[in-house]
Amino acid sequence: MNRYVIIGNGTAAVGCIEGIRTIDKAGSITVISSENRPAYCRPLISYLLEDKTTEKKMSYRSDNFYSDNGCTVMYNTNACEIDTDKKCVLTDTSSFVPYDKLCIATGSSPFVPPMENLDKVEKKFSFLTLDDAVELKKTVTTNSKILIVGAGLIGLKCAEGLHAITKDITVCDLSDHILSSILDFDDAMLVQKHLERNGIKFSLHNSVSGFCGNTAVMQNGEEIEFDILVTAVGVRANISLFKNAGGQCTRGITVNEKAQTSLEDIYSAGDCTETTDISDGKTKIMALMPNAYMQGYTAGVNMAGGSRVFDNAIPMNSIGFFGMHLMTAGQRNGELSHTLSENAVKRLYFDNEHLVGYVLIGDVKNAGIYTKLIRERSPLDADTKEKMINTPTMELYDAQFRRRTLESVV
Amino acid sequence: MKRVFVNEEWCLGCHLCEYNCAYANSGITNMVKALKGKDIFPRIRVDGEDKITYAVSCRHCSNPICINSCISGALHFEDGVVRIDKTKCVGCLACILVCPFGAIVQDAEGAVNKCELCSNNSCGSPACVSGCPNRAIVFEERCEK
Repeated sequence: MNRYVIIGNGTAAVGCIEGIRTIDKAGSITVISSENRPAYCRPLISYLLEDKTTEKKMSYRSDNFYSDNGCTVMYNTNACEIDTDKKCVLTDTSSFVPYDKLCIATGSSPFVPPMENLDKVEKKFSFLTLDDAVELKKTVTTNSKILIVGAGLIGLKCAEGLHAITKDITVCDLSDHILSSILDFDDAMLVQKHLERNGIKFSLHNSVSGFCGNTAVMQNGEEIEFDILVTAVGVRANISLFKNAGGQCTRGITVNEKAQTSLEDIYSAGDCTETTDISDGKTKIMALMPNAYMQGYTAGVNMAGGSRVFDNAIPMNSIGFFGMHLMTAGQRNGELSHTLSENAVKRLYFDNEHLVGYVLIGDVKNAGIYTKLIRERSPLDADTKEKMINTPTMELYDAQFRRRTLESVV
Repeated sequence: MKRVFVNEEWCLGCHLCEYNCAYANSGITNMVKALKGKDIFPRIRVDGEDKITYAVSCRHCSNPICINSCISGALHFEDGVVRIDKTKCVGCLACILVCPFGAIVQDAEGAVNKCELCSNNSCGSPACVSGCPNRAIVFEERCEK
């Protein structure tokens, strides 16, 4: 009987468990979880701040998920070392957990750039885990002055969540525009104005050089007073465990299409891995929830002796602020087709007959049809390309595929 | 498991399925009161143009990318039906980002709406099917490929 061990207990781990169980109903599954909670999705934590969810509701799967799947979860436990000779994982609770197949789904950790006197700031938070959100929520009052360092997805969702409690929120970023990982300047301005209309303040193209008590001294000399600091600059993949075991990695763990690493019987999935983005062919960390699930599932199937590949990863994001939704996928290069209005943007990027990326702001209806066209690299004829700027429908698919989809089980 | 299937050659493009869906899910017993002058959020939609039209609703995929992309756990399986727990949905729309059929829509309150095969309302079986004048939409068991 196979012994499966998963280090990590997030989305990729859940995918891995479900993947294993499609093939092997009997093998034991042990999950090593540093957090003392069942799996939840990290992007959900900002919704806790504004009471759109509760700690109890946040679970990614039902309450009996682990027992139904025959999993033993070691909560509050960190993996310290992987012994590839003895094939076991050593934990900080002094257990040796033997494995036949191991999946590393360790995710990522916040990266905090050096800022002078940061250690002297009394109330400072990262914003990645549910514990972070719970602690932050306990501390914030209606009078709190918040400074968020980082105007990316995490920082801005944090700002929106906190806005339900306090109105004094400033977000700073080194970049000259917000959401710089997914938007170009003009589109970012549209979103920024919307956030500003809702009372969020910005200090962009600017960074904190240091702190003087509860005052942030900015690079441009500006001083921002705050009483709670949130650092949301970015994340780093948690690769040290794997690296120390002699595994191949760059910024993330190197995996193939089957989610196998360079080490025998060790797989890896989720935010700690590097994957090829098929929209531009580059290998990168795509710390995105759907990808984490699909890669985890792939790892699980292969660990259990099945055969599955995850070979069509693309970056994709769905995010909304104060009722304005935006979605992006793939890359932002290539032949552009677009429509713009005061509060809505649609940009579609093509590489010859392929859709390779999109940016949608305001109207995001049926976006998944575009996403599929990118992920499947479906060839598009001139007529179809012309129709694409409208709300996407299954008309954009090959007619035979469409009929088959509507007439059979998919 | 029984699912909804659509034969586009028989679809008249009459959009009755959309109205029947919105009515069935309105919780209101009077069709006029349920629909007249209201913004409706049907979970089925007639797409296509000219001669080819077809009704699109959730395919209840056997390995649904929407459930696996749902950050809140609101989308889940119940006996093969992909269901939405609106009390858990936070309206992040990740499901709309990934659903390859455009079968998920946002409702007026911000949560998402999708076909649950009328298992969640008083109809008992899909209202789009019983109201389709040309049997272009059927509810039956078909084998997986």
